[in-house]
Amino acid sequence: MMASRNPLQQFQQMYSKDRHLWRLIFMIVIWMLFMAITRFNKFYSMINFQTMAAQFPEFGLMSLGVMLCMITGGIDLSVVGVANLTSILMAFLLINLTSATGALPVYALPLVFLLAILLGAAFGLFNGLLVSKFHIPPILATMGSGELFTGICLAITNGNAVSKFSRTYANTINNRLFDLIPIQLIFFVIMAVVIWFLLSKTVFGTKLYLLGTSDTAARFSGLNNTRLLLQTYMLSSICAALGGMIMLANYNSARADYGTVYTLQCVLIVVLGGVSPVGGKGKISGVVLAIILLRLLETGLNRFPRISSYYISLIWGGVLILVMVLNYFTENRHPLPRDARRAK
Amino acid sequence: MKTTTPISLKKLAGRNEPYIFLVLFALCLLIEFRSGQFFSSNNLVDIASALIVPGLFAIGAFLVIISGGIDVSFPALASLSVYATTKYLLDIQYEGGIWLPIVIALAIGALLGAFNGLFIGYFRLPALIVTLGSSSVFKGIMQGALNSKQLTIIPVGMRTWGTTALFTARNPVSGLTSRMPVAFIVFLIVLGFVFFLMRYTMFGRSIYAIGGSETSAHRAGFNVIRTKVVLYIMVGMIASLAGVIRVCMMQQAHPTNMLGMEMNIIAGVVLGGTAITGGRGTLLGCMLGTLLIVIVENSLILLGIPTSWKSVFTGALIIIGTGISAYQVILMNRIKKTKHSVKEAA
Repeated sequence: MMASRNPLQQFQQMYSKDRHLWRLIFMIVIWMLFMAITRFNKFYSMINFQTMAAQFPEFGLMSLGVMLCMITGGIDLSVVGVANLTSILMAFLLINLTSATGALPVYALPLVFLLAILLGAAFGLFNGLLVSKFHIPPILATMGSGELFTGICLAITNGNAVSKFSRTYANTINNRLFDLIPIQLIFFVIMAVVIWFLLSKTVFGTKLYLLGTSDTAARFSGLNNTRLLLQTYMLSSICAALGGMIMLANYNSARADYGTVYTLQCVLIVVLGGVSPVGGKGKISGVVLAIILLRLLETGLNRFPRISSYYISLIWGGVLILVMVLNYFTENRHPLPRDARRAK
Repeated sequence: MKTTTPISLKKLAGRNEPYIFLVLFALCLLIEFRSGQFFSSNNLVDIASALIVPGLFAIGAFLVIISGGIDVSFPALASLSVYATTKYLLDIQYEGGIWLPIVIALAIGALLGAFNGLFIGYFRLPALIVTLGSSSVFKGIMQGALNSKQLTIIPVGMRTWGTTALFTARNPVSGLTSRMPVAFIVFLIVLGFVFFLMRYTMFGRSIYAIGGSETSAHRAGFNVIRTKVVLYIMVGMIASLAGVIRVCMMQQAHPTNMLGMEMNIIAGVVLGGTAITGGRGTLLGCMLGTLLIVIVENSLILLGIPTSWKSVFTGALIIIGTGISAYQVILMNRIKKTKHSVKEAA
C-alpha cells in the first residue's frame, strides 16, 4: 500500500511545494505536445532549437536583472536603456579597434566584455544610489534613468545605427561551441548559475529575500540596506549590459531604439516566473522556465504562417493574467483586501 | 522654542505645486530669453493644443495612482478602442457628426476598462501586472485580430471636428498661425468633472481613502471593489476619449503611434506631487507636471537644443523631480520627529 501511494504522494508534495513552477512546466509540456502534433517536422529540428537558444539570452539576461530587483521589492525599468547605452559605447570602441583590413586585435573581445561589465556596474551604481540614498521609489528612479540612458544614446548617435565595426565580433558571438551550443546561451547559463548560486547558496541571497519581505525588519536585523540595494541594482545592470552585448552581436549593430519592447516583456517574464511584485518571493528556476516558455510560444507560433505573429502579445498577456488568476484561487485566500504594499 | 516654524515648513515641504510652478515659470522665462518666441500667441496655443491628449491621459493616470494602483495599459486601450471605432465607422460608411464616434469609443473604453477593473478589483491582483498583461492583450487584439493598418482616411465627421478651430492665433512676427482645436473644451470639461468628483463627492473621497490604505478604507465602510471597478471603467473611458481626439487632430488613425506614451505621462503625474504609493496628490499638481513634460518635449527646439536630446531632459527631469519629492518626505519625517521630541520635552 505504501509503495502504491508513494510516488503519487511524492508528486503531490512536490506539486504543492511549488505549484507555480509545476504550472509552468505543464504549460511547456502541453505546448510542446501541441507543436509535436501539428508541426512536428518544422518545430523539432536541431537547428530550430539552436536558433531559439541563441535568441532568448538577450532578453533572458535582462529578465534575470529585473528578477533580482523585484525580489528586493523594487523593479528595474532601465535595463533596455543600460543595454543600449553599453552596446552603443562598445560599438564605438569596436570601430576604433577595427583595423583597416577589418580584423580585430586578439585582446579586443575580452576588453569590450570587461568594459561592458564595468559600464553596467557604473550604471547600476547610479540606479542604486537613486533608490537607496535618495529614497526615490524604484519604479520612478529606474524609469527616469532608463529614459536618461536612452536619451544619451539618441544624443550621441542621432538615432542612427552604429554598425561599421569588424564582423569578427558578431561572428565570434554567433558561433557555436562544438558546433552545438550557441555562445549566447553560454553567457546566459553562466549568469543564471552565478545568480542562482548567489540567491540560494550565499548569505547575500538570504539577505535579499529578507530585504524584500520587509525593509524595516531587515534594517532592525542589522542589515546594511543601502549596500544591499546598491549591489542588487549593480548586478541587474551588469546582466542588462551583457544582454546589450549579445544584442550587439545578434543585430551586428547598435541603436538607441533596439529592444524597446523588452522593458515590459522582462517584467512580464519575471512575474510569470512566480516572482512576487511586492518582493521577498521568487525563484530563478521559475524565471528561466518563463523565458523558455515565451521563446517556445513565439517560435512555435511562427511555424503557422497564417496566424499573424501579433497574436503572440495577445497570448502572452492572456497567459500572464491567467496564471495570476490561478494563483489567486490557489494561494490568495485573504478575507480582507491586501495591503502588502503599504506594509513596507 | 517657536512652534510656528515647523508647521509652516511642514506645509511648504508637503506641497509640491509651488516648486513645480517655479520650475515651470523658470523654464518658460529661459525659453523666452533664448528665443523670444515662447510667449507669442501662437506658441501658447500650440502648447495648449499639445496638452490636450497627454492631459487627458494624465487625468486617468492620476486617478489610478491616487487609488494606489498604476496603469500602463491606457495607450494600448485608447489605440484599440479608437482603431476599432474608426474601422467600424469606415466600414459602414458613416457620414454623420462626431457624437457617434465618441459614444462608440467611450463604450469600448468602458468595456476594456472593466476588464482591467475586474482583475484589479475582484481578484485583487497587482495593478502593474494586470495592466501590463492587458496592454499586451489589447495590442494583440488590435494588431492580430483586427489586423490593424494605418488608416489615412477617417470618417468625415471626425475629420471636420478635428480641424474646426475654436479660434486662431497669429504670430505677428513670424506670421505663423495656430489653431486652437474644439477638443480643448472637451479637455476642460473632463478636467472640471474630475476636479468636482475628487473634491466634492464621496466617490472621490473613497479613491483617496483606498490609496491611503485599502484595509482602513474597507473598515471605514467604503466598498473597495466597486470603487475600483468604477474607477477603471472611468479611466478607460477618459483614455478612449483622448484616443478619439488624437485621431481627429492627426487626421489619421495610426495604430501604434500612441504606444509608449505611458512612461512620460506617469512621470508628469508624479512630478506634480502625486505620491506613487497612492492617497496623496492634487489635480492641479498633476496638470502642472504634465504641462512641464509637454513644454520640455515641444519647446526644446526654441532653446536651440536638437530634438535628439529630448529624452535626456525628460529623464533628468524625472530623476530630479522625484528626487525632490522623495527628499521632501525625508524632510517631513524629520520635522515630525523634532515635533515629537519637542512635545516630549514640554
